[in-house]
Amino acid sequence: MPLAYLVRRLAMAIPTLFGVAIVDFVLLRVVPGNPIAMMIPPGASAADIARLRAFYGLDQPIPVQFWRWLEALLHGNLGVSIDLRRGVLGLVMSRLPATLELALLAMVLAVALGIALGVGAIYWQGRWPEAVVDGIAGLGMAIPDFLWGLLLVLLLGVLLPILPISGRIDPMLSTHFVTPFYLAESLARGEFSLVGSLLAHMALPAVALALPLTAVIARILKSALVEAMSQDYILMARVKGLGRARIIWTEAFRNALVPTVTLSGVQFTFLVGGTVLIERIFSYPGIGNMAIDAVIGRDLPLIQGVVMTFAVLFILINLLIDMTYVLLNPRVRHG
Amino acid sequence: MSALLEIRDLHLEIGTGRAALPVLRGIDLVLEAGEVLGLVGESGAGKTMVGKALLGILPPAARITQGQILYQGRDIAAMPAKPRLALLGRDLAMIPQDPMSSLNPVIRIAGQITDVLRRHLGLSRRAAYERARALLESVHIREPERVLRQYPHELSGGMRQRVLIAIAFACRPKLIVADEPTTALDVTVQRQILRLIRDLQANSATALLFVTHDLGLVAKICTKVSVMHAGRILEAAPVAQVFTRPQHPYTSALFAATPRYDRPAEALTPVPEALTARLWAEAAAYDAARAAAGVAVGGRAADA
Amino acid sequence: MDETAWRRSLGNPRVLFGLAVLALLALAALGAPLIAPQNPLHQDLLASFAPPFWHAGVVPGHLLGTDDLGRDTLSRLIYGARIALTVAVISATAAGLIGTLLGLAAGYAGGLPDAIVSRLVDVWMAFPPVLLSIVLVAVIGAGLEAVILAIVIVDWTRFCRIVRAEVLVQREQDYVAAAVAIGLGPWRVALQEILRNLLPTLIVLFTLEMGIAITVEAILSFVGLSIASGAPSWGGMIAEGRLYIHQAWWLMTLPVGCIIVSVLGLNALGDGLRQTLDPLVRR
Repeated sequence: MPLAYLVRRLAMAIPTLFGVAIVDFVLLRVVPGNPIAMMIPPGASAADIARLRAFYGLDQPIPVQFWRWLEALLHGNLGVSIDLRRGVLGLVMSRLPATLELALLAMVLAVALGIALGVGAIYWQGRWPEAVVDGIAGLGMAIPDFLWGLLLVLLLGVLLPILPISGRIDPMLSTHFVTPFYLAESLARGEFSLVGSLLAHMALPAVALALPLTAVIARILKSALVEAMSQDYILMARVKGLGRARIIWTEAFRNALVPTVTLSGVQFTFLVGGTVLIERIFSYPGIGNMAIDAVIGRDLPLIQGVVMTFAVLFILINLLIDMTYVLLNPRVRHG
Repeated sequence: MSALLEIRDLHLEIGTGRAALPVLRGIDLVLEAGEVLGLVGESGAGKTMVGKALLGILPPAARITQGQILYQGRDIAAMPAKPRLALLGRDLAMIPQDPMSSLNPVIRIAGQITDVLRRHLGLSRRAAYERARALLESVHIREPERVLRQYPHELSGGMRQRVLIAIAFACRPKLIVADEPTTALDVTVQRQILRLIRDLQANSATALLFVTHDLGLVAKICTKVSVMHAGRILEAAPVAQVFTRPQHPYTSALFAATPRYDRPAEALTPVPEALTARLWAEAAAYDAARAAAGVAVGGRAADA
Repeated sequence: MDETAWRRSLGNPRVLFGLAVLALLALAALGAPLIAPQNPLHQDLLASFAPPFWHAGVVPGHLLGTDDLGRDTLSRLIYGARIALTVAVISATAAGLIGTLLGLAAGYAGGLPDAIVSRLVDVWMAFPPVLLSIVLVAVIGAGLEAVILAIVIVDWTRFCRIVRAEVLVQREQDYVAAAVAIGLGPWRVALQEILRNLLPTLIVLFTLEMGIAITVEAILSFVGLSIASGAPSWGGMIAEGRLYIHQAWWLMTLPVGCIIVSVLGLNALGDGLRQTLDPLVRR
């Protein structure tokens, strides 16, 4: 079953992706303001402008432009960055791993912390730890990652300077990475001083990204656990003489995971979207930071490429969440 | 030598303070090893609460305010969690009312039988699995291997109840509470399940507390009966005696209200309202008398 | 939503806290010229980096100190509230109106309109909201109007999704069938009955959207895309303060604090109203 389901879900993603491509194109070509005007350097001659227009195909009618752009897109050609004079795909690919490592670390952090908080609140239900979890979840959900980032810069970067607040790795460490996946590579090479430096640099941005998701997971998991713990099968487990911790983990937790995954799914995409700003705040050399540079530099092809990349990432995450949901729920799996 | 189970003067309330609602008003019952006691009453009589109190699965708002539940001479209601959990599942077990909701939907059947075996008998994974297969055979499930691999939603209600019966008998308990174990099932399945419970009980000499509203079932399976109303036991006697010479008018009324094969449905008469009203008034008078005697409502009796 | 529900809300501590924050914001925003001790744009390079009152060396007249150009921080914070509240109210109203209308149309009409709106929402959800608003502002051009427009274009889906889902539920309710049965046209039913039942949900969403809008404005200013630089917006102050974080940490802390208090207040208000008024929004 999962394979057929996967195929169907992928098919459903195609029109969305097409819609994203249209919006992405329209956004930057048809809106008021001549896109060339946005990208020409001051003092360019009329001939330069015409050449530039021809180079980017802007002298063609809009539908033709769109078609060409889409065609190139399907061939993996995202165009050439105006500022950086390099292929957009290459630029994206060189920066994406940094973002993926950061986002993945933040997700792992959020899931682990969120589960610990949600389960802890139920284990000590009605006692003070539950109130603490409610408080943390309330704050975590109210304050967005941008503000958490700034707060963490202030608290742990400046007032109590124990962690670095900018960059991806200590520039004094002399090393050469073969792949752009620094963390994975240094783990694989067993160079733990590098791992330490990378993790130290990722710590604050990852926590800032993770906090809202942590809060959402903790809160949803908690209410799902309350619901699960009131079911008849929990009474049955109690009559079997199983202990409370055992009942929460093996009987209630798996049932609570299904609604938790469904309801917190969107927040995973928010986390990935949040990397744009968090990377900016912490001068982290990922794709998001590059996106803001591209926007400021009016680098149209690069903006379009980054937006498409994020859209694909979002659709992939949603797909993964759907698959997790199916794997967790035997009823759907067999249905 | 103390009885297997002896409940003495059990009082139970739901809620606290002024909102406290008495549910059990001094229940006494004795169950010897291998006996089958039918606890009979209409809904609201409190019969389910007796079973839940015994198994320690009362709803959060319910509290025992007085009395003891002695299992082999030890008060389970006052026992610390650890020894109590060691008894549950091993010595005491339950066959629940609703098989549809009593199995965990995300755990395979195998896991739901082996967990109790491994918890109490210390079996290895392998040995527990083998024992689970044998248990499913003993409850007449064909293809036990396949069922062990399945999830609850893949089984019919009758099959699930068989699985739950297998779980109840898994560790050869001394006492099983069966709370309306056939009510949620189809009529045809009811008979099979009832016969299964009776056969397993007879073979293993397990004592059974059979909670039901149906005197007809009691006649088929029980050795003794306690008739309950409004949290009190009105009559307790061996089955033969209750059926031939009921002492309490309420027992007779219940008989008249019970469908029987030798009686057309038109002949059924509901329990007269005047009778139930009188019994509720007695219960209220009992509560008032207790309150007047200074038994703290919402707290344990000072010294009753 | 009757009177008792409103009265119940006023007894809710979250609602009270939220209203207090909102009142403070409104007071600062409306009364800025009267309350602010200085002109927020006035530069005094001789008095730059004056420390706030809890430090030694306070410059008189600058209770919370001055920034790198010697502008009075307190006055800038007060005028910043004006920008924040303007953005919050206008963009939340516009996003709410557009989202509600589209959600109503999709949920009630079904069929093609629903398919179009739902697809649109799907596509929108595939964009990172922050990146989308940054790109939008870059495309539309800087300025308060651009910021508001960008927020509305990005956030109408928040209203649309929930309104559509609620309409689908409400449409099946008896009262709608009853209204149709007594001869009210479908649009009157949609607007009168459904909207009245959706009102609590919408108020809660509106409150939350205001908090989001304040944050997004700050984000856009922080990135350098919002209002003309120099204008006293909290986000701009954060971006400027970020440069001097090791010399004068309070320059960034104070506007961050203002935003956090505003966001917490609006969230508390939304949560409190959700608990007291709203049987619909459940998360």
